[in-house]
Amino acid sequence: MKRTAPLITRDDQFFWDGVAAGELRLQRCARCNRMRHPPAPVCPFCHSLDWRVDRASGRGTLYSYVIPRHTPIESGGDPVVVALIELEEGARLVSNLSGAAIDEIRNGMPVEVFFADFENGLRLHQFRPARR
Amino acid sequence: MASAIPDRALIAGIGQTEFSRNSGRSELQLAAEASLAALDDAGLEPADVDGMVTYTLDSSGELELMRIVGVKELSYYSRAPYGGAATCAVVMHAAAAIAAGAANVVLIYRAFNERSGRRFGLPQGPAQVSPSGSFWWRWYIPFGLDTPAKWAALHFQRYMHAYGVTNEDFGHYSVACRSYAAANPNAYFYQRPITLEEHQNSRWIVEPVLRLLDCCQESDGGVALVITGRERARDLRRPPARIAAAAQCALWGGDIVSDYYHDDIAGMPEIGAIGRQLWTQSGLRPRDIQAAMLYDHFSPIVFMHLEEFGFCGRGEARDFIQSGNIGPGGSLPVNTHGGLLGEAYIHGVNHINEAVRQLRGAAVNQVSDVEHVLVSAGMSGLILGRWS
Ligand SMILES: [Zn+2]
Repeated sequence: MKRTAPLITRDDQFFWDGVAAGELRLQRCARCNRMRHPPAPVCPFCHSLDWRVDRASGRGTLYSYVIPRHTPIESGGDPVVVALIELEEGARLVSNLSGAAIDEIRNGMPVEVFFADFENGLRLHQFRPARR
Repeated sequence: MASAIPDRALIAGIGQTEFSRNSGRSELQLAAEASLAALDDAGLEPADVDGMVTYTLDSSGELELMRIVGVKELSYYSRAPYGGAATCAVVMHAAAAIAAGAANVVLIYRAFNERSGRRFGLPQGPAQVSPSGSFWWRWYIPFGLDTPAKWAALHFQRYMHAYGVTNEDFGHYSVACRSYAAANPNAYFYQRPITLEEHQNSRWIVEPVLRLLDCCQESDGGVALVITGRERARDLRRPPARIAAAAQCALWGGDIVSDYYHDDIAGMPEIGAIGRQLWTQSGLRPRDIQAAMLYDHFSPIVFMHLEEFGFCGRGEARDFIQSGNIGPGGSLPVNTHGGLLGEAYIHGVNHINEAVRQLRGAAVNQVSDVEHVLVSAGMSGLILGRWS
């Protein structure tokens, strides 16, 4: 399957390096300890330029979802579900949900991260229903 | 701090080309035709123009347009970002320039071949994602979230979830605006009304939020406005419209087309903030507005506009619309030209022309006794008033 590669900037290189390594990484301020996502070079709360990377648990809930029917991306099977995930650390991020029947998808359902490999060596973070 | 904008400037003239799916001419020519029509409507000459405002996305440069229509000297020019969010911002920029004495006659233009040229509705690649213009889109495109319909639907689904609103509920807006368009000879969908059944039978664009008949058109065309100071009202050819209030808003955590990061995304807090500015500037309240032109790239956003401005309560837009309030004779006729769904998608500016026609008493779906019209585009808004 083919996906469009992300446009990576200097400010979010760490995130995509994490995805390539099979880790979901979040940025945390080294001074006030607050998490921020999408990544930013400055802490919007205390303005510190110093930050560190935490490994996210990969657990969260489905906050919103849609199923694009016009100009969908190639899936090779079931239609791709686009998901807005709320991680348990508080960040929201856009990804895909797979492994759930469409009529079972509900806002608030527990989900967990996994990583999928696409054409041209592209690895992306994906989500599936959390295993009990 | 009190705004210096209210009632210092007027919309003196409006102009437009025909709206189509293939204009057969350049975007620059469309901009020039609309601009000359607006100046003629105002009874002013290109040589009177000393200010210009357009969208950052517009392909016609100020210098080019000056050269071909004969504008001699500009003392003010600016552009407003974020696509359709600029709809009312261009008027705010012009009114602010006039209130500040930076210009006397400002020409606003927006023209494109959005259907026969670059279509916004098709997937956007990474090359079209510029860091300044669309900051967070790069986070979405790898996951197949690559069109305005998809970005917006992922936000709107949360609104549906919060208030139990269905796609069929959205269809009532589509039916209402297509009914207005059916009576408007300038509308692309003139004499082509739709039923709720046709809406429900139209194909999914983004399930479970948007069907085809929830989505605006893609259009070719141009629209222009002329803004001048209130002291020039006597010199004008047609009755002007008062600019009673004009506002822009961006909020921390906000995004373009989508809205995923505010604590609660079952609304549009930018519109709420625009509303507070408009009511404060104008001293008016929702009950003082006789008609509204609301940016309707997709039908659900009209619901959020109605609620954020206080025309109805949270989650009540469904009932407000189904009770007939936005239709002919209702308490708040909305998008009486047919909106972006029914008339054309000229990036929102055609809404302002319709507001001016309503205030002049010259609209095809004329509302009776119009004193004030509210125009809104998500990150900018206006209240226009009848000149007397
Ligand atoms: Zn900090």
